[in-house]
Amino acid sequence: MSDHATTHAYAHQFDSAEHQHSASQLGMWVFIAQEILFFGGLFVAYAVYRYAYPTAFAQGSHHLDVTLGCFNTAVLIGSSLTMALAVHGAQLGQRWTQVIFLVLTIVLGSIFLGVKAIEYGHKFHEHLVPGPGFVFDGDANHAQIFFSLYFVMTGLHALHMVIGIAVLAVLVWQAWRGAYGPSYYSPVELTGLYWHFVDIVWIFLFPLLYLIGRH
Amino acid sequence: MSADSSGHVVSIKLYLAIFAALMVLTVITVAVAFVDLGPMNTFVALGVAVTKATLVILFFMHVKYSSKLTWLVVASGFFFLAIMLAFTMADVVSRGWLGTPGS
Repeated sequence: MSDHATTHAYAHQFDSAEHQHSASQLGMWVFIAQEILFFGGLFVAYAVYRYAYPTAFAQGSHHLDVTLGCFNTAVLIGSSLTMALAVHGAQLGQRWTQVIFLVLTIVLGSIFLGVKAIEYGHKFHEHLVPGPGFVFDGDANHAQIFFSLYFVMTGLHALHMVIGIAVLAVLVWQAWRGAYGPSYYSPVELTGLYWHFVDIVWIFLFPLLYLIGRH
Repeated sequence: MSADSSGHVVSIKLYLAIFAALMVLTVITVAVAFVDLGPMNTFVALGVAVTKATLVILFFMHVKYSSKLTWLVVASGFFFLAIMLAFTMADVVSRGWLGTPGS
């Protein structure tokens, strides 16, 4: 167990604490490589159907709120900055810097999810949720494919954020207890990698879903 | 590289510069979306997104300062994504090219 704040013995299979740190970092990257392909399947589905029905996709995209999408992009990039600064604080052993920036990351992540919930609400009111109640002025059949992809891709992304926020909450508690410092901060760094990955997914989702056929 | 840990400490100034660059690129991608460039719109949007993702990976995710092995894992993730996308689209795009024999 690595609960002891001051002494950080490394597990016996490693040569040093540094070795242990780089191994955990590599493990996280293997997980993220898998995540790239996990989301990748949906991006491929998007490419196939957008290639087949470009007009329906452009029409569907017009029903998304660019202002809210833009706001959320800024919020999420901001949360990536606060996450990076939290890791920075952990590397330098600054306890309060870590706690404050981890909390800020949770706050920004929650704002993102709140805005997303409002957007989902709008879509329900406008009958843009695929299914029997779908009402669409245009190529309704194929616009349903666009909205199916919209809900699955943003929903899976939001699920990742919910998990990220839960992990961050544990980190806040641990950082507050002084568990992380220059010699041991792997959990903060690895959570950072995950959080930034989720940010990258949104960096692609935003233009592909919100910004097509705007001109 | 410091001796007591494997992590490279990136300066706050650099983090802020990357954040500013990401915000500017977001403004660019939104602005360009409202200009008609024909099929180039999609490529510009993807180009900006790839640039933003690269900045996040190199600096926020510290890959610029990571081991060769980490580079390899990161690259392999995107390499296999490229295979999945390229082979699927090669099939989808070329289906109608040769027609159906006998019809």
